Amino acid sequence: MGDILYTMLQDAISPLTAAYVIAAIGLNIHFGFTGLLNMGQAGFMLMGAYGFAISTVEGAPLWLAVLIALGAVTVFALLLGVPTLKLRGDYLAIVTISAAEIVRFVGRNSLLTEVTGGSGGIPGNDYRSSFTDLSPFGDGRTQIGPFDYLNSNWWLHLVAWAVVFACLGLVALLVRSPWGRLLRGVREDEDAMRSLGKNVYAVKMQALVLGGLFGAVGGIIYVLPSSVQPDGMGRQLTFFIWTALLLGGAAAIFGPLLGSILFFAARALVQTGADTFVPSSIMSSAQTEQFAWIVVGIALMLLVIFRPQGVIGNKRELRFNA
Amino acid sequence: MPEQTDLGQEPQSGAEAAASPTGPDRAHVDTAAVEANPLADPTERKRLMGTVDTTPGVAKPDAVLKVDNVRRDFGGITAVNVDHLEVQRGIITALIGPNGAGKTTFFNLITGFDKPSSGRDAKWSFDGRSLGRTNASAVAKAGMVRTFQLTKSLSRMTVMDNMLLGAPQQPGERLALSLLRPLWSKREGEIRGKAEELLARFKLLEKKDDYAGSLSGGQRKLLEMARALMSDPRMIMLDEPMAGVNPALTQSLLGHIQTLRDEGTTVLFVEHDMHMVRHISDWVVVMAEGKVVAEGPADTVMADKAVIDAYLGAHHDTDLGDDALLEDDSVVAELEAEAEAAEAAEKEKEGQR
Amino acid sequence: MKSPIPSRRANPGARRVRAVGWIHLTGLALLTSVVLGLFALTPASAAPAPAPAAPAAPAPASPTFCFATAETACVGGTLRLSASETVGGVDITITAPDGTEETVTTADTGAFNLPVEEEGDYGVVIDEETLPDGVAPTESELTVPVVLGENAIANFQFEREATGADGFSWDQFAQQAASGIRLGLLLAMASIGLSLIYGTTGLSNLAHAELVTMGGMVAFFFSGAAGLGLPLTLGILLTTLVCAAYGWAQDRVLWQPLRRRGLGIIQMMIVTIGLSLAMQYTFQYFVGAGQVRITTSSPETVDIGPVTLTQFSFVAMGISIVVVAGVGYMLLRTRIGRATRAVADNPSLAAASGIDVDKVIRLVWTLAAGLAGLSGVLYALVTNGVKWDTGLQILLLLFAAVTLGGLGTAFGAVVGSMVIGLVVELTNIWLPGDFKYATALLILILILLVRPQGLLGRAERVG
Repeated sequence: MGDILYTMLQDAISPLTAAYVIAAIGLNIHFGFTGLLNMGQAGFMLMGAYGFAISTVEGAPLWLAVLIALGAVTVFALLLGVPTLKLRGDYLAIVTISAAEIVRFVGRNSLLTEVTGGSGGIPGNDYRSSFTDLSPFGDGRTQIGPFDYLNSNWWLHLVAWAVVFACLGLVALLVRSPWGRLLRGVREDEDAMRSLGKNVYAVKMQALVLGGLFGAVGGIIYVLPSSVQPDGMGRQLTFFIWTALLLGGAAAIFGPLLGSILFFAARALVQTGADTFVPSSIMSSAQTEQFAWIVVGIALMLLVIFRPQGVIGNKRELRFNA
Repeated sequence: MPEQTDLGQEPQSGAEAAASPTGPDRAHVDTAAVEANPLADPTERKRLMGTVDTTPGVAKPDAVLKVDNVRRDFGGITAVNVDHLEVQRGIITALIGPNGAGKTTFFNLITGFDKPSSGRDAKWSFDGRSLGRTNASAVAKAGMVRTFQLTKSLSRMTVMDNMLLGAPQQPGERLALSLLRPLWSKREGEIRGKAEELLARFKLLEKKDDYAGSLSGGQRKLLEMARALMSDPRMIMLDEPMAGVNPALTQSLLGHIQTLRDEGTTVLFVEHDMHMVRHISDWVVVMAEGKVVAEGPADTVMADKAVIDAYLGAHHDTDLGDDALLEDDSVVAELEAEAEAAEAAEKEKEGQR
Repeated sequence: MKSPIPSRRANPGARRVRAVGWIHLTGLALLTSVVLGLFALTPASAAPAPAPAAPAAPAPASPTFCFATAETACVGGTLRLSASETVGGVDITITAPDGTEETVTTADTGAFNLPVEEEGDYGVVIDEETLPDGVAPTESELTVPVVLGENAIANFQFEREATGADGFSWDQFAQQAASGIRLGLLLAMASIGLSLIYGTTGLSNLAHAELVTMGGMVAFFFSGAAGLGLPLTLGILLTTLVCAAYGWAQDRVLWQPLRRRGLGIIQMMIVTIGLSLAMQYTFQYFVGAGQVRITTSSPETVDIGPVTLTQFSFVAMGISIVVVAGVGYMLLRTRIGRATRAVADNPSLAAASGIDVDKVIRLVWTLAAGLAGLSGVLYALVTNGVKWDTGLQILLLLFAAVTLGGLGTAFGAVVGSMVIGLVVELTNIWLPGDFKYATALLILILILLVRPQGLLGRAERVG
């Protein structure tokens, strides 16, 4: 049992979870506040990760690499938004879900191996140093509570969660401003907003780009501890972010945070639980992982059907079909 | 379901009739308003419009809206085909016509929610400014604000947020400035004050923190009208403001519309209820099969044999003006059911878009 | 006016509906699991069953002749660029489940073989350095499941890399166009269903491509060497029926109750996402991450002019044409077909004129799933088989096709599928591998910019 708890805690505070939270914050701007169906958040993340890693490998300093990543994602978002944001919502869903896959296909294509590393991706050591060099903690290991990590790893933990809280603060300011009111108005009724003289298209575009930028930041943090693996950032990743967001509660500022932590902890619980208690003759260890994902899929369905407001969402605001 | 029409009949009973015993222009003479705006005086309006010919497409003394060659086809059917129409500034103009006459489509076209099939030939201008080929939000910004037949309140937002969204020139709506509260908090205070004033006037103030979706149909109509007024429009276009509204509320709605006119706003509205049309409109435009077939003061137009024929069609010999119709609960329920069906159909169309 | 936003949950039957919903969902999950579990369990029990009587005739002069016995198995295959062109001298690394690696080199006949003694999933990786210039495998790494006493075939497929404008030849064009027509026809079967579902319910079914994957997987269970080993024709028929039944059940236990609850379209779309996720991992759970091939024998090919396609490709195209024509006939000429089109046109009007909308939608789901399943079997047979995530790639093509043709129009879906199939395959002449999917996306975006209602869709009246 202690192992399960340890694994759950470890998953809950890992930078990976932080990356999920940030990407989910972006998705919350898209879907929770503006009603945009972005089904390709993983594509935004991968785009940001590539932009960051490739420019770092090419010699860009950290700040420039981050800027390039954000720039790439902005262009990507505009490209997807221009044809779709004037149309009915599901066109955006179809185009984003496709575009995210295309980014992955193209990234892993053998023609681009020299740039993107093909299907092998870009190993973390090629780009991580510009980040870890900034660590004020020096070498060695430190134990805090039950966790004993390298100092560079603690640095990553610290930065990742600092970014999470900065993002949460930013979103809180944004959605409580008149601009945030515009977002919710667009979510409710685009025609009404037009009749009030609001430029709905521009608002949606801003939301799409902004949420995508959060995705890019999430993508960078996602690949910092490991490597840029195009196949690890496919459609599943998008769906996990959706599940995390809906679990926590869309249109709630802290929904993504709570949802992601719960998501990872619950998944760890299901998987280690199945590992520990189900004999491997019935379920091999590879199967317990798949089993955990099946549970995620079904949980997503159940959530949407029975508790669309998630754990902390406002029930009345989150009825989808008001 | 018979149409809610009443041609040439004086109201016999009911709250409306009691409040305004003798017809269109007796109600609402506010001397203070007359001083500010001469058109707040009924006799002045009568004098002004009395000089105007009653032929379709006639020129007005001071037209705020001019429309030319607006045509809209759906498949093989021409829903709207208006050669020329002018709307007089500062008065209430009613746009009437049988179902399917193209009134709402015409509204959609001139407010930028739909594009005319006649392309470049279609021209219209508002207050001297050309509006053809612009989008809906630009039309609203120009000062011509509309409401919808099926209210479009922002259900999962509070009544106050609905109102605040109606206000123009809030710098905080720009993404770049939204984070800097000092840059927009002053304006926010102003529009909040204005919103409270309007809500009080429309008797919605105590609902300001409720979700708009929790209001009744009539309250939503009021909210929508109040929201439209947040931008001080020069012209307001009301699409069936009375449809689906509890009869108890119609009286106050009528009052609000007249007050708007007296304050100098041009009003153009689509309406089925002939009582209301007779009661408050200074000028009536009749559409049938997409065309403007007649215009003139309410009495003249409604007495016009051709209009009655075009308008009433099959219902010619039914007396539809009976006020009891409006007070009968079953009829109201039926009306609401109809409005709901129309809403479903609307959603359908949205889905297909 | 105290009533809150009208909520369906307020009604007294809500609790019951909720409970029923749970049962339904659990039922659906079970259903998926059972269907897949059936054939996943079979290999274990069927292992002692007669392995292919004689081991597949090893390529003559193969340097590593391999013969599967009860205690051994063979991992092998033949590298073919085309029906007549094989590649020798290519290094292939085979990794056993315990991580040991062994490298073999293909003979002049393109054949390679490695005897192994352990069951499990083997990784087979081709060393691209040793391939002739301008040739690349569509996938350089395959995973093959090995069962003792059988031959596990790793079938690599190749495509020629772009070699600039001078790489173009009309022969190649003809070959790619033929593949394009084949792909288009297969897509058409799946996209008709997707379009009809959209037309009748307004739902963009993001789990539709998983039905295609499922077709391949179920057929593997019925007719695969490791499955029941039924004759292929019977397998195809049964698969179509199983998938159709699954579609029926999906509507019965999931979509119809959700429609009754009045669940919003966006909500339902997210439900399809959850479903697609659950289905993908259910496939993986039972079948593993590897490619599933229904038949492992080397296919016979037919040459027509410059075009070389497997025999089965022609059969598959024939089946597709007949089925698509059949569906077209049904929609145009039969009562139920006309009712379907009426519902797609205007559900409330159709309901008002006495059409049982629920029944039509049930039929549409059944038909759509059956067609998608059939398309999946044929797709698995004419290509390299299916994997748990085959649907990922197909989904984009399906949506591009359906949008191109006009969302909701069945015939538009057919036209769109043909165009997308052709364009995607022809792209391969100039751009390698997965770039072809990027072309499909590009078309999708262009269509949305220029004519969002699609080729055969009509602009709808607004407001």
